[in-house]
Amino acid sequence: MPEKTYDIAVIGGGPGGYVAAIRASQLGLKAVVIERENLGGICLNWGCIPTKALLRSAEVKHLIDHAEDFGITVSGAVKVDLIKVVERSRKVAAQLSGGISHLMKKNKIDVMMASASLGAVSAKGRQINLDNGDSITAKHVILATGAKARDLPGIAPDGNRIVTYRDAMTPKEMPAELIVVGSGAIGIEFASFYADMGVMVTVLEAMERILPAEDDEISEIAEKLFVKRGIIIHKGVKLGGVKVGKSGVTADVEIGGKKQTLNADRMILAVGITANTDGIGLEGTKIVFDRGHVVTDGAMRTAEAGIYAIGDMTGAPWLAHKASHEGIIAVEHIVAERAGKHDTAQGITKTDIPGCTYCRPQVASVGLSEKAAIAAGHDVKVGRMPFLANGKAIALGDVDGMIKTIFDAKSGALLGAHMIGPEVTELIQGYVIAKKLETTEEDLMHTIFPHPTLSEAMHESVLDAFDKAIHF
Amino acid sequence: MAIITMPALSPTMTEGKLAKWLVKKGDEVRSGDVIAEIETDKAVMEVEALDDGVVASIVVAEGTQAITVGAVIAEILEEGGVSELGKTPPTVESKNPAAEAPPLPIPTPEKQMPETTTSTAPNIGKNTNRVFASPLARRVAADKGVDLNSITGSGPRGRIILADIDQAPKSGIKTPSAMMEGAESTEYENTQMRMIIAERLQQSKRDAPHFYLNMDINIDAMLAARQSLNNHAPEGVKISVNDMIIKAAAVALMRVPAANASWEGAITRRWHHADIAVAVSIEGGLVTPIIRRAEEKGLNAISTEMADLAARARTGKLQPEEYNGGSFTISNLGMFGITSFSAVINPPQGAILAIGAGEARAVVRDGVLVAATMMTATMSCDHRVVDGAVGAEWLKAFKDVIENPVLALA
Repeated sequence: MPEKTYDIAVIGGGPGGYVAAIRASQLGLKAVVIERENLGGICLNWGCIPTKALLRSAEVKHLIDHAEDFGITVSGAVKVDLIKVVERSRKVAAQLSGGISHLMKKNKIDVMMASASLGAVSAKGRQINLDNGDSITAKHVILATGAKARDLPGIAPDGNRIVTYRDAMTPKEMPAELIVVGSGAIGIEFASFYADMGVMVTVLEAMERILPAEDDEISEIAEKLFVKRGIIIHKGVKLGGVKVGKSGVTADVEIGGKKQTLNADRMILAVGITANTDGIGLEGTKIVFDRGHVVTDGAMRTAEAGIYAIGDMTGAPWLAHKASHEGIIAVEHIVAERAGKHDTAQGITKTDIPGCTYCRPQVASVGLSEKAAIAAGHDVKVGRMPFLANGKAIALGDVDGMIKTIFDAKSGALLGAHMIGPEVTELIQGYVIAKKLETTEEDLMHTIFPHPTLSEAMHESVLDAFDKAIHF
Repeated sequence: MAIITMPALSPTMTEGKLAKWLVKKGDEVRSGDVIAEIETDKAVMEVEALDDGVVASIVVAEGTQAITVGAVIAEILEEGGVSELGKTPPTVESKNPAAEAPPLPIPTPEKQMPETTTSTAPNIGKNTNRVFASPLARRVAADKGVDLNSITGSGPRGRIILADIDQAPKSGIKTPSAMMEGAESTEYENTQMRMIIAERLQQSKRDAPHFYLNMDINIDAMLAARQSLNNHAPEGVKISVNDMIIKAAAVALMRVPAANASWEGAITRRWHHADIAVAVSIEGGLVTPIIRRAEEKGLNAISTEMADLAARARTGKLQPEEYNGGSFTISNLGMFGITSFSAVINPPQGAILAIGAGEARAVVRDGVLVAATMMTATMSCDHRVVDGAVGAEWLKAFKDVIENPVLALA
């Protein structure tokens, strides 16, 4: 069989890779996606999506537990059928992964289920060798291999007592006590899920606050609310040795200079990720790395001609929507270049990328934190609106949290928005659009927000930044 | 009656599967009833009936895969309706939208908000010179004294974004406040009305090649006619010189229809009626209410209507349709003692008439120096639509009517 040739080969079928392939197909390029495990990548199969399904189950349980508050009496024991909870989560992931297959078919994109490695360059393009013995040639390559969970030295996940995200989302039985190491988005989501399911959860964070990527104030509110739920939180933790015994794990920790030993049935490691760059043939290339991540320019080009890189492997924030957008930037740049247009893509503005954490209550943000804004030299105006003063939140019986907005005092530019509370992950896009379109406080003030909605708190926060809040 | 086609349930959807029919042939359905379920690669979605009726035929069987978006899947007929399946679709009659589009308005004072600090640029309707810039870019540009017209936007469709302002050359551009340093002054935020006046008149002077025609006109006969009309006018009606001028202009426009025209880019529009806009000075600017079909109206009617429009213009009570449009404009500064002046055309109109004061002047008649009441009229024409000869012919017709008011009866 003659070797297949493509305009674009995308290595990795996650939210970066498959989106890039669809865009390439839309623009008339012949594309192939090479995926070693599941179309949709970690996000769809072992990340964003299945955890949202789990957290939905936790939310339903939480509501039933508090049904009395809403005048509903639930008689009989409320039972969590863990097998079914996990089964539903897996089904949701499978449905979406199947959807990606259809999208590939519809866009006439070839999908090859294999591991890929970059080969030699010829006049026809770059050869790519597959671990099933096949090889293909492509004029352009987009690397989208993602990342994997980072390990801590001396603490080896065993898939049973010490686990990472993948095993954490498919528990066969609920531990009585759980230690979550790391309080970023992943760690906190698991902590929230297990706590709602009745597990005694302890969170260990090396930094001085939880959710370290968020604004200080949001971290503080989140911590208070988690503690109120019975989650134990230790900050500034130095994790020493972890021993796996018959009945669980024992962790030696140093908290505030004091050494202690913590015991639990299980430990989830959520201490960040490392880029998947091994075994894909990057060794012989000019590709440059920075702390393990592939370095690219604004158009997502690596230092090796014809090779682009997108998504988690190119660095933080490690978010599916960032990967997808980078995929589109890369493909559009390839098409522009093929058309002889040597435009330099401006790339993604990191402060325009929103981040969402689906713990209870949810956390969402975009742009600079107050500290970062001040550090960047801005004279800031800060607005705050607690959900406590929002009619819809009161009606929902979900008043914990607040919305914080940060403006440049001189220009009125929206520098950042930080939210914690009900459905804020759905609300944040309003500020994301506002930011992208470069609105000022004036446009936001004159935007009519629907009543009664949680989004009114977004409006009030803006008003508050300029001392014009109506309802607080 | 309605033909139901395969809906596009997402922008990228090209085909779908008909998962399930919830109705069968002969069933009665009401608008909003779910009649079928469509399955795409991601989800199952419902199709609703858009009209009341009876399911006349089901074209695509349940379970059919890969139905192209837009393909007919069923037909619903209202009572006594005739099937359209198999017929060619009716052609859509095209309509010239421009024929109904009124020329640009000058707003009533109601539309301005002088007490607010809004810096939003005026919405200039179909002005092609509108600058697209982000609100933040606008504000920072204003702060820095950078002219947005001098900047090429790098945002979507050339939109000017903050980065473009940051990169704009600052050399040579002085901010107004810097120039004013040391001198005493007061800043007034420009109102929406001022911004629109500025924008439109700037556009007019920039785009319309103006030329000017002057004519001295003896108005003694007109003044006599006015006196006579007022002697017999109904209670409350007092015909002004300006009313007489409106009527004379209307008659002249009927006599020289080529001057009753607008420049609208690809087309020149000739108006069938004399819709005469009259500039009325108001606090902070001016508006141009319109006497429509002035050629059909008597002077009593014109006078009454004009008095009402002017009074309501001054109190900001005009409706948009009362100042939107017009085929020709009159601007009269005679009451200020101005002898003559050249007015700026009110686009897209082809001409404007500037009226000076009526005054006693020495004129030569039949070789003898005599006193006569004279008025100088200056016509500004947009050469793209009104040529010199046409303008001159019109001004001559106008003079004829003013000097022989009885012609208005013709």
